[in-house]
Order: sequence, then structure tokens, then C-alpha cells
Amino acid sequence: MDPIISTLYGIPLVGLAFQLVGYLIATIPPASPIIMAAATPLVLGALCGVIGERSGVVNIGIEGIMLASAFTGWIVGVVLAPMFPDAASTPVFGITIPLLFAVLAALGVALLISLLHAWLSISLRADQIISGTIINIAAFGVTAYLNTLIAKQSPQSAGAFTAFNPPDWLTGLPVVGWLFDMFLHQGPISMSVIVLVVGLQIWLFRSRWGLRTRAVGEHPKAAETVGIDVIRLRYRNVLISGLFAGLAGAYLSMEATNSFQDGMTAGRGFIALAAMIVGRWTPIGAFGAALLFATFTALGQSINFAPPAGQLGDIMTSVPAQFWDALPYIVTIIVLAGVVGRSIPPAADGQPYERESAT
Amino acid sequence: MTEQGEALLAPALEMRGITKRYPGVVANDHIDLDVRPGEIHALLGENGAGKTTLMNVLYGLAKPDEGEILLDGRSVKIASPSDAIVRGIDMVHQHFMLVPVLTVAENILLGEETMANPVFLDRKRARSQIIDLGRRFGFEIDPDEKVGSLSVGWQQRVEILKALYRHAKILVLDEPTAVLTPQETKEIFTVLRRLAAEGHSIIFISHKLYEVLEIADRITVIRRGRVVGERLPSETNEDDLAELMVGREVQLTVDRGESHPAGAVLKVEGLHVRDDRGNEMVRGVDLEVRAGEILGIAGVAGNGQDELVEAIIGLRKPHAGTVTLDGADVTGHTPRQMNEARVAYVPADRHRFGLILSFPLSDNLVLTTYYRSPYARGIMRDEAAIRREAEATVAKYDIRTPSATVKAGTLSGGNQQKAVVAREFSADLALLVLDQPTRGLDVGSIEFIHKQAIAKRDAGTAILLVSAELDEILEMSDRIGVMYRGEIVRVLDGPTADKNEVGILMATGGATQPAHEAEVSA
Repeated sequence: MDPIISTLYGIPLVGLAFQLVGYLIATIPPASPIIMAAATPLVLGALCGVIGERSGVVNIGIEGIMLASAFTGWIVGVVLAPMFPDAASTPVFGITIPLLFAVLAALGVALLISLLHAWLSISLRADQIISGTIINIAAFGVTAYLNTLIAKQSPQSAGAFTAFNPPDWLTGLPVVGWLFDMFLHQGPISMSVIVLVVGLQIWLFRSRWGLRTRAVGEHPKAAETVGIDVIRLRYRNVLISGLFAGLAGAYLSMEATNSFQDGMTAGRGFIALAAMIVGRWTPIGAFGAALLFATFTALGQSINFAPPAGQLGDIMTSVPAQFWDALPYIVTIIVLAGVVGRSIPPAADGQPYERESAT
Repeated sequence: MTEQGEALLAPALEMRGITKRYPGVVANDHIDLDVRPGEIHALLGENGAGKTTLMNVLYGLAKPDEGEILLDGRSVKIASPSDAIVRGIDMVHQHFMLVPVLTVAENILLGEETMANPVFLDRKRARSQIIDLGRRFGFEIDPDEKVGSLSVGWQQRVEILKALYRHAKILVLDEPTAVLTPQETKEIFTVLRRLAAEGHSIIFISHKLYEVLEIADRITVIRRGRVVGERLPSETNEDDLAELMVGREVQLTVDRGESHPAGAVLKVEGLHVRDDRGNEMVRGVDLEVRAGEILGIAGVAGNGQDELVEAIIGLRKPHAGTVTLDGADVTGHTPRQMNEARVAYVPADRHRFGLILSFPLSDNLVLTTYYRSPYARGIMRDEAAIRREAEATVAKYDIRTPSATVKAGTLSGGNQQKAVVAREFSADLALLVLDQPTRGLDVGSIEFIHKQAIAKRDAGTAILLVSAELDEILEMSDRIGVMYRGEIVRVLDGPTADKNEVGILMATGGATQPAHEAEVSA
């Protein structure tokens, strides 16, 4: 080791900070594909939140939609897999016909649940938090029940999408190579995330739909007086937003893993909401926040199996492993506490709209 | 167009026999209205007279039970705001329909976007369209500014531009001057005249008589859902219009009589108060209000009046100085302590601070006393006592309501304010703080509230009156303090105060600049 660095590492306390920075620099580039993988469901969930809340509909049922989609995708894959016995894993992301249908089914279920949420919170003007809670509880219960019934037969799943392997010369580029590794060493859903984020950002701030969405989320009455159909726009946004949560669910059971476990979303739908708030209801902001949370997930894992050497390592390994598992959630709470109050939601967020028009 | 003579022109808009019934009320009872091209037509009436309902019918926000609407002589059906916009009718609402976090351009474009392709906006073209449109009517506007950071006067211009951008031929303005300063009002009148000269028809809703006389080509007066008269400004005057509007003779100026002030009740010394963002808004105010007098605080809004009142009433902690009531130090006391020290407060914003709109009227009437006898026994409310009290108050203060148990939010503005006044005025008071007590009210309600205040004064209450309406200050005050940048710059004798002098003090603070210089720079 460089003598200067080892001297710096030796200083009490200050040295610890240097060791930490050194550890991060050494750990993050190789862990970067893991970070992106951990971030993917969070980003997709946050985009779901952004699209809905920008139009004034709060959706805390993202968790439930993800879970239901993950289950549905998996089960459709299980049912279809035997029908296509010779569907070999293709070289392009390992896409097979059963897998494609499984993703479509996941999206379809997400759409249906979103429709329920839209109907409850827009048409019936029910409390949107209650509606979201119902979705979460129902999704958890129903998927767990059906899973117990099915898991007994230990069925064959349709497999999972495989990751693309970027060429070595690209990932081997000095300084930036690991970024390519991060975004390209991924399966199809994860790789599409960055496109969706940038696309939605432009869509939200440059398109007619985006302008109307923002207006409806801020001041629906003003939007209605210029002839915008507030109810229809909100329906449309909630349905579209559901697709993103559905994609997140598909990712969990068909790209990150090839199986379904009870409650496998593990609160990601809620961390996604936190990412949305920290990201100030913008796609790019939410993406950044999700990456931050995911970094701590990846870090927690790295510390578990490859703690740094020296003083820092001694301290870190003396902390129970459960702490590192909990780290991303703790960071979420801390960041959220620091940001909430300064991050201003759309003015009409969560408020049902009652049409003024002629009766 | 206007050169041909108005009388010869066919009406651009005709509303015939419009009737709109709501459960229990006939809001519009066979109303006829016609507006010619290039005409500014004023619609005058008290709150609740049916002006807004009529305009909602025109704008497609309410469906009439009877009657028809003709545009350029052709009968049309208007079922929604978009119908109205397509037919060239647009409305500038009293509460602006603007989205504060969006830019001027985005607000104007909304719903009628200039597109570069089917998906994306053509922001460049939209910007130049908006700048051109603004110039045509005599003002420079920055399309990229956030609407929330504009003054109310400019927001109103954005509203008007929004309508013009949609090619509105008939423009309805609902109480457009309610929130404007006299200077802004003048500016907006210039814009309106220009619009009329270009052939636009303007329906101007108001209850400010002098404004109507100044701007309108014709005046239609509505009372209790019916047209009660049509006048030309040249053949009428304020008294005539007020009588038509209210249905009886109205005293436009209060007969306040002489005051007989006794000892000082409220004493404020060296008061410094900061606003929520930490800016020092009140900088060393000294004032004294004596029993049996009204001290008026004149000033342009935002010169520290809100913070001063809040500090006195206990809603905001001053960071220096003292407030004394009848010789006792009450600095930093809570609103309830102040209330129990016989201090009452009529807040400027009755919706946010004066009433709980979703509570029944009866509960609102005991908001300051609900916790004690006879309205509570121990921890239990005495519903019967509350209702009895409410019914008595409703009768005494003539609050027009179907019953004492309806939600406060369903009452008209005038009746809501009557409810606040009834609650605050009903006790025996040492000090009464009135913050903009008549904002947005019609002449009938204003007359009522002013009379009640004078009666309180004559009963020996010390009254602190804060108002942005200079006329109200001059009419009511026995002494006038002018507030400028957090200080009381001058205290004048009420009955002899000169309107111009007070106006100049309000605008310049007096001491810092000679008056003529200030006028030139303004």
C-alpha cells in the first residue's frame, strides 16, 4: 500500500474516515451492477408514484401492485413453461415466449389493480390512503395464499431474463468503465429504466400531456375551466403509472430472480415513495434518490461478505449483520426526515376532485 | 366598430329569461341581459344576488332550468367551459384560475397548447405569441416567469391574456378589482378600455359603485335573482345604484358621531415582530388605543400590519417590546388568555382564521367560548345551550341561513362575516381588533358591520381597525396611524385627515422623501 495512504489510515478517527472513503472507492465500481439491480424496482415504483401524484392521485399501493404483478408474472410463466418445452433460452436477454406472456400478464394485473385504485379514489372519491392500503393488504394476503397452494407442487418456472454482457473494452475504460458496467450489465427491464427515466422527464416537462398533468395535480379547477377533463386525465395517469409498478413486479420475479416468494417486495414500494419525495416528484430526482438507497443496499451486502481490512473492518464486523441489512431503510428514514418539508408535493396531491360542471 | 354607434349594433350576447333554481332558492329568476360588441357592461348586485350564478350559466358551469343564450343572434347551448371557450366566451374568475408553480406561458397555453408536433409543445412559438399579445394591449410580460411570483395585478393580466389567447370575444370579469390596489385598478381599466375599443365585449361584475360608474358603458343591477334596473352611468349616481342594489336606502357613509375617549386600554411599546421567514416586519411600533375610540391603521398591504395584529392578539411572539392591556403586561399571552382578558379579534381571512367552514354555524358561533359554561359542563358539550345561543345570535344579527346547524361554508361571504362579527362582538369587550373586517363584502353588509363597530365604540370599547381600504379608514377612524415598512410613521386626527396626505404617507412613509418627489418616481 502507498505509504502516504497507510499513514493517513493510521491517524485515529480521521484515519477511519479515510479508510471508509477508500473502501467505498474500492467497493462501488465492482458492486455497481448490483446497485443498479437494487435500484431498478425502486425507480420503477417511484416513476409510478410520480405519474400518479403529479396528477393529484396518491398511490401507496405501489407495494401491493408490485407484489401482485410479481406473482402473476411468475404463475403465468409456470403455467406456460410446459407448453413450450423446446423454448430454449434465446441469446437476446434469454427472452422466451412464456416469459414475454408472463410480463404481459404482470402488466395486465397491474393495470387492473390501478383501475380499482382509480375507481375508488377518483370516481368514488374515497380516501386514497385507504384505497392504497387495501391494495397492499389484499395483494399480500392473496399472493401468499395462492403461493402456498401452488408451491407444494414445486412447479417449474419459466426462468428469468438474463443480463447483457457489455464488451470488456467498454467496461474496462478508465474512470468511467464501471458506469457502463452498471447500466449495461443488466437484463432488459433494468436496462430500460434509464430510458424510461429520461423519457418521462422530458415527457413531463415538455409535452402537452405533461403540462396538463402538472396543472391537474396543482389546481384541477383551473385545468377544468380551460376545458381539460380532470377525471379522465387522472384515470389515464393512474393506469399508466400502474404499468410501471407492474414492470417493477415483473422485474422482481422474472429478472432479479426466477421465483416468487411471499412478500418478496420487502417494502420496496414504500422506499420507492420515499425516493419520489426525496427526488421532488421528478423522474430524474427519483432516479438519483433510488440509486442512493440502492447503494446502501449494495454496501450492506458487501460489508457482510467482504468487510474492509484494518481498523474500519474491525468496527464494521463487530456491528451485527442485521444492522447492515437494515442500513438502506435507516438511510431512507434519515434522508426523508431531512428532506420532508423542503420537498413540496403537488398542491392538489391526494385530493379527490369534484366536477363543477353543469348538472 | 364602435364608430357606428352602439345603439345600432346587434347584441353580441343575449341571455333571455334565464332561470336557475337550487333547492330552496331561485338564484336566477327570468334574467334578461344583452351585451353589445365593444361594450363594457357592468353587472351590479350584492353578494348572493345571483350574478355569479348567471355567469356560471354563461360559462357552462351551471345548467339553466329555463331560458336561452344567443350569440350574434343565434341560439346556442353551452354545456361546459370548453363549449364556452370554443364560442369565444371566457371568464376571469375572482379567485384566479392560475397554477402558481407553472410559468406564465404554461398557464396561458394550458388546454389550448401550441404544438410543435402531436406530442411536444412548441414553446418558442408560444412565447413569441404571448409577448406579441401582451404588447398589443400595452404591457410587457415575461412568459418564463412563475405565476406564483407575480403580483396580483400581473396575475390578473395573465388571466386576461389567457382569455385573449383563446380568441375570446366576450370576456367576463368577476370582481376583478377586489384584490387590486387603486393604482393597479387604474392600469387594468386602461387594458379593459383597449379591449373594448378592439371590439371585445366585457361583462364587469362588481359591487364597488364608483368603479362601475367609472368603467361601464351600461349597468344592469340584479337583486335576489332578478334584474331590478338598467342604467347608463351618465344618468345615475352612487346613491341611486346602492338603493337599487339593496332595495332600500343605504347610508354609504357611516354616521359615526363624536367619540368620547377615556383612558388608554391597549399600549404597544417598542414592538418588533418577525414574519415566518425571519424578516423583521414590525420595527419598533408604539401605539395606544383608548377606550371609546377607533384607531385606524392605514397602509399598503404587506407593511407589517398582519404581523402587528398577530403579535397583539397572541398569534405571533414579538421578539422585542411589550403589549399592555389595561396596565397589565400581556406580551406573548396566548389567544385564549387574550380572549379571556376581554379582547376580540375579527381576522382578515374569514375562511382560514375566522371560521371552520366544515363545522356547523352553531359551533362556529361558540368557537371562543365552547369550553366554558354554559356551553360545556365538565368535559361534555351542552349541545342544547349551544343551539339556543346560536338561534338567538342568528336572529339578533340577521344572519341569513336555512338553520343554525348548516355548515358555515355554505353561507354567503356577507353572512359568514356576520357570523364572525356576531361571535366576536357579543361579549363585553375591552379591546376589539378588526383586521380588514369588510373585505369582499357588499354595501349592505359593510353598512351593518360599520354600524356594529361604532356601537361597540360608543359602549366604551377600544377598537384597532386595520384596513387596506383607505376609504374605510377615513370613514371609521377617530385617529389614523399610517404604517410604512414596519413603523407607524404618523398619527393623524381622523375627522380632519386629508385623503391625499394619508395616501402619500402610505406610499412613501412621508419623512424619508418629500411628497412631490415620491409622486414623480411613482
